[in-house]
Amino acid sequence: MAATEQTIKQVNTLGNSDYKYGFSTDVDEIRPPKGLNEEIIKFISAQKDEPEWMLEWRLNAFKVFNKLPKPQWAKLNIPEIDYQDCYYYSIPKSLKDKPKSLDEIDPEILKTYEKLGIPLKEQKMLSGIAVDAVFDSVSVATTYKKQLSDLGIVFCSISEAVKTHPELVKKYLGSVIPVSDHSFAALNSAVFTDGSFIYIPEGVKCPVELSTYFRINAMNTGQFERTLIIADKDSYVSYLEGCTAPMRDENQLHAANVELVALDNAEIKYSTVQNWYPGDKEGKGGIYNFVTKRGACRGKNSKISWTQVETGSAITWKYPSCILQGDNSKGEFYSVAITNNMQQADTGTKMIHIGKNTSSKIISKGISAGKANNTYRGLVNILSKAKNARNFTQCDSLLIGNQCGAHTVPYIESSNSDSMVEHEATTSKINEDQLFYCQQRGLNSEDAVGLIVNGFCKEVLQHLPMEFAVEAQKLVAISLEGSVG
Amino acid sequence: MLEIKNLHVSIEEKKIIKGLDLSINKGEVHALMGPNGSGKSTLSYVLSGKDKYEINDGTIDYNGKNLLELDVDERANEGLFLAFQYPMEIPGVQTSFFLKTAINSKRKYLGQSEMDALEFAKLMKSKAEELNISTEMLKRDLNVNYSGGEKKKQEILQMSMLSPKMAILDETDSGLDIDALRIVSEGVNKLRNSDNSFLVITHYQRLLNYIKPDFVHIIADGKIVKSGDYSLALELEEKGYEEISQTA
Ligand SMILES: Nc1ncnc2c1ncn2[C@@H]1O[C@H](COP(=O)(O)OP(=O)(O)OP(=O)(O)O)[C@@H](O)[C@H]1O
Ligand SMILES: [Mg+2]
Repeated sequence: MAATEQTIKQVNTLGNSDYKYGFSTDVDEIRPPKGLNEEIIKFISAQKDEPEWMLEWRLNAFKVFNKLPKPQWAKLNIPEIDYQDCYYYSIPKSLKDKPKSLDEIDPEILKTYEKLGIPLKEQKMLSGIAVDAVFDSVSVATTYKKQLSDLGIVFCSISEAVKTHPELVKKYLGSVIPVSDHSFAALNSAVFTDGSFIYIPEGVKCPVELSTYFRINAMNTGQFERTLIIADKDSYVSYLEGCTAPMRDENQLHAANVELVALDNAEIKYSTVQNWYPGDKEGKGGIYNFVTKRGACRGKNSKISWTQVETGSAITWKYPSCILQGDNSKGEFYSVAITNNMQQADTGTKMIHIGKNTSSKIISKGISAGKANNTYRGLVNILSKAKNARNFTQCDSLLIGNQCGAHTVPYIESSNSDSMVEHEATTSKINEDQLFYCQQRGLNSEDAVGLIVNGFCKEVLQHLPMEFAVEAQKLVAISLEGSVG
Repeated sequence: MLEIKNLHVSIEEKKIIKGLDLSINKGEVHALMGPNGSGKSTLSYVLSGKDKYEINDGTIDYNGKNLLELDVDERANEGLFLAFQYPMEIPGVQTSFFLKTAINSKRKYLGQSEMDALEFAKLMKSKAEELNISTEMLKRDLNVNYSGGEKKKQEILQMSMLSPKMAILDETDSGLDIDALRIVSEGVNKLRNSDNSFLVITHYQRLLNYIKPDFVHIIADGKIVKSGDYSLALELEEKGYEEISQTA
């Protein structure tokens, strides 16, 4: 079955109300006690059979974390997080001794992914997409491994890469997001559990989409994703991550660090469809999604493009950024952020222009409904050596109802007089006449909102890999259900 | 089909329709003419269920149902269609996708399965050709940067694809060039049968040369002041509203 059909089918089975991925899977988990301390870090490292240098790196990060102040939450209203009241590691018992083949994996876990529309078994695999499935703190399985390794592409869990490609991990881990960057970056560095590792060798254009599917299952557990993608000279890769979690009354933390490195003439396309559990209508439960994503265009003519569709989570705090070091390098950020009910999102990007003739483009679409708040926060920083740098920013906000809020906070710092920065911003309410027009053609009010909002987001959605564009469109509509009455 | 009795409508405390009666049977075409601001578009909005209008009095029966109790989309899916005087632009939504969504909404309402992609493409192509609408046009965002006349043609395309039972055409002729007026009228005439009805709102008797109405009504200040057959339109063209209203 083609991936598109697969996606459509999957989405069709989602039904049409509330959060569709809210089920949990009943598996025995291995979990050390709650709390954050050196013992836990040693435990995590030992569970993963990590080499000594990795443990030291973690322990050092923990020291840094203890010294750093907690981040200042600009436009967000976040309850104090009690780091001691959280589990930092949780893996299904059956995955403790890494299964060698899918037959050894707990059928309950395989079923979970199938229910999520991500079949892992060879005969049912999504065509054209290689998937790494992460369940709580551990990677379950990676598909298409053989085909990829024939091309010299490394696509595995980061835990595995620490052992199989230590030289690459040592060289690049923390090279884009320094441990001391801010408190969450340090926390993640100390306790990161799993995530994906990708290396595309020189001259290789990766023929399939690489994808990770993150699933939080266990209760009270933080998920500390760590992803590292390296595109060597003249290479290309397109990567997509998807995320879901069960419905739970308490808040859960997902604090990710994602680092991308593009060398000369390399291109990385990174897409996210984030649909963590957003909490209920009153704002109870939901995932705190605190993510640091940063890409370094180290080589000349390199390009990094972020596309994100953020519909889930109780609180989203993320600013996928590009450091444009190489001359002529390009950074792009395409974002749709939807907040409904009590959700809060503070998201945007940073484009740091360092090299000559660097250019960046930012298209942000924020949609708020219910009592939600949605902030675009962006920084375009043009350093003095970035001769001829260019930036174009467009931020559009759409409000549905009159109890929600949209805010745009663009910072522009330019130390180079040759550079050119353009910024456009609009805020509008959903047009009642457009809604009426659609309804007069037979669309019910929710479909009408979905259609109009999808139109509003089109410029961003068209940057998603084709296979996922359809899913994203449905998700946009679903996440706004109940927003008009 | 449609039976309006003693309708009183106001918006923001302002009375606009003041005791209107109108009865349209199956298979009939009614023309509604009247000066600017007399309440023609208001009537079309009230019939299709736009909110913010206050119904102060009166009843509207639509095929045995109380029309005023149905939602906008229910009315539409029950076969009521309004060709807007000012069609809306919907950025980012391809015209063909919009048409497909509309058709499938109706099918879903009627408990039918979605139209298959091929069947839809064929239907759209043949209807668009009849109206001289290019396929390029259907790939563009709905009504965005369409000319005034192109928007009106688009409304008629939607109408012919949805084949409504009761169609209200609000000044569809305004903005159409001479050829387009003929083509659009032919489109409407093709759709006419003994089961459906039309309410054609217009300022110009010329449209009625193409779409021959069974009845002509003149509305002034929120009331129907005179009704007659096609000859009333001719008389109106000659005398103007002022004189006609006085002789009423
Ligand atoms: N939202 C509103 N608030 C106040 N007055 C309104 C509103 N909408 C319509 N009206 C008034 O109601 C009256 C009837 O308007 P309507 O659009 O129905 O006229 P019409 O007969 O369609 O005119 P035309 O021939 O110019 O299209 C007008 O005087 C108009 O100004
Ligand atoms: Mg009018």
